[in-house]
Amino acid sequence: MLHNKSFVKKTKGGKVMKQVREHYLRDDIYCGAPFCTVCDSSAARLGASPSTILIVDTNVVLNQIDLLENPAFDNVVLLSIVLEEVKNKNMSVYNRVRSICSNSTRKVFVFSNEYHRDTYVKEMSGETKNDRNDRAIRVATQWYQNHLGGDVKVLLITNDKENKRKACEEGIFAETVESYVKSLDRSDLLDLLVRPASEDVDMEEVEDLRPSKRKVIYSEHKPMSEITSGLHRGIYHQGKLRVNRHNPFEAYVGSESIGDEIIIYGRSNMNRAFDGDIVAVELLPQDQWQEASSLSIAGEEDEDVDEGVHLAPNSADHAPRTIPQQGSSEKVNAASNRPSGRIVGIIKRNWHSYCGSLDPMPMPAGSGGIAHALFVSKDRRIPKIRIQTRQLENLLDKRIIVAVDSWDRQSRYPSGHYVRTIGEIGDRDTESEVVLIENDINTRPFSSQVLACLPPLPWSVSSEDLSNPIRQDLRHLRVFSVDPPGCKDIDDALHCHTLSNGNFEVGVHIADVTNFVHPGTPLDDEASQRGTSVYLVERRIDMLPKPLTEDICSLRSDVERLAFSVIWEMTPEADIVSTRYTKSVIKSSAALSYVEAQARMDDSRLMDPITADLRNMNILAKKMRLRRIERGALTLASAEVKFQIDTETHDPLDIGMYQIREANQMVEEFMLAANVSVAEQILKTFPLCSLLRRHPTPTREMLEPFLRTATAVGLHLDVSSSKALADSLDHAVGDDPYFNKLIRILATRCMSQAVYFCSGDLSPPEYHHYGLASPLYTHFTSPIRRYADVIVHRLLAASLGISKLPSVFQDRLQLTNISDNLNYRHRNAQYAGRASVELHTLIYFRKRPTDTEARIVKIRSNGFFVFVPKYGIEGPVYLTKADKGSGEWYVDEQQQKIKKMDGSLSYSILQTVQIHMEVVEPQPNRPKLQLTLI
Amino acid sequence: MEFVSPEGLRLDGRRPMEMRQIRAEIGAVSKADGSAIFEMGNTKVIAAVYGPREVQNRSQQISSHALVRCEYSMANFSTGDRMRKPKGDRRSTEISLVIRQTMEACILTHLLPRSQIDIYVQVLQADGGTRSACINAATLALADAGIPMRDFVTSCSAGYLNSTPLLDLNYVEDSAGGPDVTLGILPKLDKVTLFQMDSKLPIDILENVMQLAIEGCKAIASYIREILLENTNQLEYRRGV
Ligand SMILES: [Zn+2]
Repeated sequence: MLHNKSFVKKTKGGKVMKQVREHYLRDDIYCGAPFCTVCDSSAARLGASPSTILIVDTNVVLNQIDLLENPAFDNVVLLSIVLEEVKNKNMSVYNRVRSICSNSTRKVFVFSNEYHRDTYVKEMSGETKNDRNDRAIRVATQWYQNHLGGDVKVLLITNDKENKRKACEEGIFAETVESYVKSLDRSDLLDLLVRPASEDVDMEEVEDLRPSKRKVIYSEHKPMSEITSGLHRGIYHQGKLRVNRHNPFEAYVGSESIGDEIIIYGRSNMNRAFDGDIVAVELLPQDQWQEASSLSIAGEEDEDVDEGVHLAPNSADHAPRTIPQQGSSEKVNAASNRPSGRIVGIIKRNWHSYCGSLDPMPMPAGSGGIAHALFVSKDRRIPKIRIQTRQLENLLDKRIIVAVDSWDRQSRYPSGHYVRTIGEIGDRDTESEVVLIENDINTRPFSSQVLACLPPLPWSVSSEDLSNPIRQDLRHLRVFSVDPPGCKDIDDALHCHTLSNGNFEVGVHIADVTNFVHPGTPLDDEASQRGTSVYLVERRIDMLPKPLTEDICSLRSDVERLAFSVIWEMTPEADIVSTRYTKSVIKSSAALSYVEAQARMDDSRLMDPITADLRNMNILAKKMRLRRIERGALTLASAEVKFQIDTETHDPLDIGMYQIREANQMVEEFMLAANVSVAEQILKTFPLCSLLRRHPTPTREMLEPFLRTATAVGLHLDVSSSKALADSLDHAVGDDPYFNKLIRILATRCMSQAVYFCSGDLSPPEYHHYGLASPLYTHFTSPIRRYADVIVHRLLAASLGISKLPSVFQDRLQLTNISDNLNYRHRNAQYAGRASVELHTLIYFRKRPTDTEARIVKIRSNGFFVFVPKYGIEGPVYLTKADKGSGEWYVDEQQQKIKKMDGSLSYSILQTVQIHMEVVEPQPNRPKLQLTLI
Repeated sequence: MEFVSPEGLRLDGRRPMEMRQIRAEIGAVSKADGSAIFEMGNTKVIAAVYGPREVQNRSQQISSHALVRCEYSMANFSTGDRMRKPKGDRRSTEISLVIRQTMEACILTHLLPRSQIDIYVQVLQADGGTRSACINAATLALADAGIPMRDFVTSCSAGYLNSTPLLDLNYVEDSAGGPDVTLGILPKLDKVTLFQMDSKLPIDILENVMQLAIEGCKAIASYIREILLENTNQLEYRRGV
């Protein structure tokens, strides 16, 4: 049946145009009930004999998505009109609904009511779009009831009073969400319910729990029309709010309209905005532009800003943001060049669910009923969230997930609802899961579709592989790998032999992952989504299924494996004479650990061929490294720690600094060289769609805190170029041996991290990698654990004419999305890794109070931050109690010292102090590591 | 944007392999020697054929075969904005050429030496796939004019959006900027006479998309055959044969 929809549409130019669209109505859309005798039931998704089939309206989907995600909520029919409305209103809810629909274990069916000839409704004159859609929902419900007959009850779930009344008039069963869930008699489901804030539902039971008279705490959000016109006239500025990870009372809005960051101090200026929201900001008058409040460790208002002990940052992305302060006391107006503002409206919310726990509270007297509790997120950027629960005693010592629903002007905190429990607080598995959830890391087992893409096991190199003309047989070469001990996902191996002309042939062989992961397959989609493997202290979350990661792709010793090889001819001076790239078959003759490789090189008695190769390579690597440093590459340092884990209990047994040996540096050098060579090759062939990696030059502002520290200890650093900085870092030697490393660690944490990008999005000068002082760089050498390398393998193969370029590369936008996702996943994997180390540090020190040496890295008005080199952690040491006045001590900004008023005691930056580390529990179930001065 | 829902329906309710409703009418312009209206969904075009007749401009006369000329235009009211459509702009010149070449390939021009055939096509309403509709209308009009042809040409488009090959794109799908293949075939001879594509498409996907367009052309061919048969029957009836 054909039907023409005509409607009037306003074009961008403001003209009004009549648009006519065809709309075909069909008779082949089925109801999705397997017991239906009329319809084709091959695609049926509903239960075999349900007593009730639920049809939900748009607002129920939008507000109660957590409820829908609960498997107890089954036999649901989603109408296409509902999905369309959800899509227009909230894309993230839409994606969640869609994933419920595609989950084969759920009995949820999508009925395309808009295209069914019996359920399509035409807009009546004088009817609003909403009314028409509500009517469409009712018509579809009625159709279902008539279609399925009286054995099944078709229930419309709506919280819209008017809709419900009309439905009842038309003889349709209809209920509100609340009454339906209550009829199920499940208290955990009741907690999932979002409390309605609208007038649509009878508020009696909710109303009386709220104080009748409450004062207004926050200023009003401006209506959207006012915001739009304000943005237009330039009085408001639009941008994404980013809350300081280390101080939730400070946030930034990057605004394009003023070309600078607007700082927002305090909860009232933030006006109920969350991290990640798109907001409209109004600038404050210039005389209210505040000095940075980061001078004190304590926070504002009644919430204590818990500046706890954390892992020492290793790049600017992990470090607390500090605002450059010009001398504080004497110059009052000094900081007034940094614009501050307040939020007047929220353009787009970034609400989702958060991990955390409830604020400890006594059980309310009338227990068993509804309790009000405050939820504290693990993510400190998120304010406390008010929730209602019927299972308070169960939840108090648990890690739970909570979603935000609303935040009105009268409440200090937003209100939300409980979603689910993860486990007990402090339990290692629970806390690890929290880390994973917080960082959006997918730990689900690989689906059967993904596993179906794997080659049959046991796999071995076949004769077709060997006879394939694109693949070179390099099994005769003496190839070996050097990795951390116990490494199972070996993605790189090396070889080196002397040529007759005195030159060396050096090969880097990388696991040929793209031979198994083909573009467009479920396996490829999954890997692309995961982006990277994640390494926690006690477990690894793989990007690719285990058979690929640990066996088929892993370049283990004494087995034939497929590889993608970069082979150079190098002079003894480590100059590259020629480079070639080929797919290959190799047979590794040894899988060495760094320690073993180092021991072999050091043992002068050993003269076997592999040791000789290692020594040759080490000589070459040293020359390459020297040349790189001469070009200005920075030798950066970070304090990485290593745990020894008990194999049975998985508890940390020992903790220590990760030692970097010459062997590590040797392997790293060749990997760098391979990455650079590959970057050159792919960019030459595909100048617009190559995936590269760049490291932005740090701005002066980023280096400012570091430079101030350096000046205070009498160092003069030249940061005009990476070369200059590298040289001045080399000359930074203090009285003690650790001083240089400390300075390097401090320098490293000022820089941002390298990022992936698509070459078409930037101009060649921006491709520069600052840290490596290389004009081009990419990732090629770890395709088992990084998806970026998989992409680069495909690019390289296409540039050699081995295979054709997959279609994604023709779509720049898609490629940009992929690189954005990779950056996001990469960053999250790092956050997760660090959080896992922090967790294990806490577990380790729980039973082992320790005294150790620490270095002061930051001075505050009531104490200082210390860095503990041995354990790689950083945390505050208080000289006074946070609540007492800090009159006893004063800070000398110039010299970065904190002095006692009477002059008897002073601490200066980078000074060594002895501290005591101990785990304390200021509140039950909330252990934290405390540092005190001895 | 989602052009195909996970339920497998397109924005207008069609499935990926379905064509819009087609309709044809022969003899819409009585003055012309042959004429036809062809509709594909909301796309509606009219074609009129004059000839074979004497060549107007003697210098263009070809002694061995007929001269085929084609003029394509769009009515001012054919799109929503109702703007004046300039004649002879680059797009219409190009489409005129495409239609002329496609039709020339199937007309037995050697049977009509020193004569001229004029094909006029005008888009009355545009909603994607105008090129195909014009060719289909021109075929019908030529048949109506009794011009000898090898086979009739039919044309249909197919595109590739949301990783799905889609038959007969409408305006919304067409303006998504995805690959769009317009194909013209001689259904009986099983030959391709027109093949146009915007943007890039990997070769294996192109084959699928092209196969889909061929299916579309064949479906149109059987419809056109029906219409012509019916038309002939009516003519016979009127003449009392
Ligand atoms: Zn049915």
